[in-house]
Amino acid sequence: MADPAGFAEQAMPYMSALYAAALRMTRNPTDAEDLVQETFLRAYRGFEGFREGTNLKAWLYKILTNTFINQYRAKKRRPEQVDLDDVEDFYIFRRLGGLEAADATRTPEAEVLEGIPDSEVKDALESIPEQFRMAVILADVEGFSYKEIADILDVPIGTVMSRIHRGRRALQKKLWDYAERNNLRPRVESATGG
Amino acid sequence: MDCGQAHLRVYEYLDGELTVWKRRAITRHLDECPPCAQGFTFEIELRRVIISKCTEDVPADLKNRIAVALGITDAPAPTSD
Repeated sequence: MADPAGFAEQAMPYMSALYAAALRMTRNPTDAEDLVQETFLRAYRGFEGFREGTNLKAWLYKILTNTFINQYRAKKRRPEQVDLDDVEDFYIFRRLGGLEAADATRTPEAEVLEGIPDSEVKDALESIPEQFRMAVILADVEGFSYKEIADILDVPIGTVMSRIHRGRRALQKKLWDYAERNNLRPRVESATGG
Repeated sequence: MDCGQAHLRVYEYLDGELTVWKRRAITRHLDECPPCAQGFTFEIELRRVIISKCTEDVPADLKNRIAVALGITDAPAPTSD
């Protein structure tokens, strides 16, 4: 049995990550604050059932996810449809001219990514259909393993992989749309040695 | 292993979800194929950029509300931090 007195000390450090995930999920600061507060209260009340030594972070995200699904997704009737058929792997990198030929004189394509404002990256992440978005946040932002995500979302690992893949494609498409609209391109520099 | 086979496994590779054997086969391909290596590096950079651009500061009021709700007596005052 976990010691309730130890809950705050152990759980509080995850608050900012949980809040960021809550914002991406709810897309609304007021709902995100309520979701995080509710998550902490439920976790606190259930902390005696938490097995010491198991993954507290994953447990907190499971509560956050379940609370979100039960309280916020209830409003929505059917999953969002998204057409990703034309979005292949390395979607952005290919459009930046990568994979065709290695070009040592080109500055890293990643510079293009740095040029996208924080708010646009957040918008892009929030634009991913919800069931994929949660998987992408858990994998890419929080670094959970497929197995941990399967436990958090209560779906098979194959479903986790499919959602992550589709979510990442949707995210790349959205980020590329922004880069293209704003004419962000890698700079081509002449090789001057050094 | 060819480029197409390596591309199929890019996410599992970057997510650390492959067996050591499959991982080694891809690493060997990347050593021999600069375009693929750049592509994999780009995906790593993309993830790093997403993480760095999606952080949030928790509103002081929320921290305070939770601290009070959990009965933490030495709750930090809702000042800027």
